[in-house]
Amino acid sequence: MEFLQIAPAETTSYMIAGFAVIFGVMLLYVISIAVRTRNLKQDYAMLKSFETEDQD
Amino acid sequence: MDPKPRLLTILDVVTVLLLVVATWMVFFYAPLEAVMGQVQRVFYFHVAAGWVGMLGFIAAAIMGVIYLIKGDRKWDIVELAAVEIGMVFAFINVVTGSIWARPIWNTWWTWDPRLTTATIMLLIYAAYLMLRAGIDDPDRRARFGAVYAIIGSLSVPLTYFSARLFRTIHPIVIATNQPGGDGSFDMTPPMTQTFMFSLLVFSFIFIVLLWHRIRLGQLSDKVDQLKLKSME
Repeated sequence: MEFLQIAPAETTSYMIAGFAVIFGVMLLYVISIAVRTRNLKQDYAMLKSFETEDQD
Repeated sequence: MDPKPRLLTILDVVTVLLLVVATWMVFFYAPLEAVMGQVQRVFYFHVAAGWVGMLGFIAAAIMGVIYLIKGDRKWDIVELAAVEIGMVFAFINVVTGSIWARPIWNTWWTWDPRLTTATIMLLIYAAYLMLRAGIDDPDRRARFGAVYAIIGSLSVPLTYFSARLFRTIHPIVIATNQPGGDGSFDMTPPMTQTFMFSLLVFSFIFIVLLWHRIRLGQLSDKVDQLKLKSME
């Protein structure tokens, strides 16, 4: 019955939900990479300091 | 960790700017679809996310082949990075598809061939991560991961062609002259331009994220080596 339709369907709330998922998930992934990198850098620095302590 | 390359910083900035332009095109350049209304705008990034998902899985299979031939762990790091990014975007693709389906198909979910194969593909790669997590020996983990990534990549063409091979209600918008499924629409030139530009921008996002994720993998490898050394 699409030919009887006089205006597009009101689907704005679904569009907002869709873009919230797109940008939300991408942002979370970027944050996860940043957090994991920071944690690994701390681990790396700590292990390196242990290594130099052992050598001394 | 090696300092961040200048090219990567430039790519970060360019990608963010491209994403802003793509978002502007989606909302202000592409016209409102006559039947579906605003929710159709999700289509541009929904398909682009699906493209990145499949790109990640195919790239992982290629890296798996290279790893099995050369045996160098760096290819395993790239493979894992590609799978992880592929999973993030395949997830976005499936969830946004479900959100689009609610007003258009009047249901959040249906066991349509395209939806089913896309979900199976996502689960296959979730199992890939679980498999890797269960193996301690790095070389064995890399070898098993490579074989799994190669076999798992068969789900990519199956998902892509599922809407063409099987009876489906999923719209076929790209490269087809077949009558579309429920919710199909003819793209006007601004819609096509927005769609193609979104694909390009998401390809940039894939490259940038892959580079960052590879750097993370390399750092993780260094930390693991230091841990092993400290235990000796």
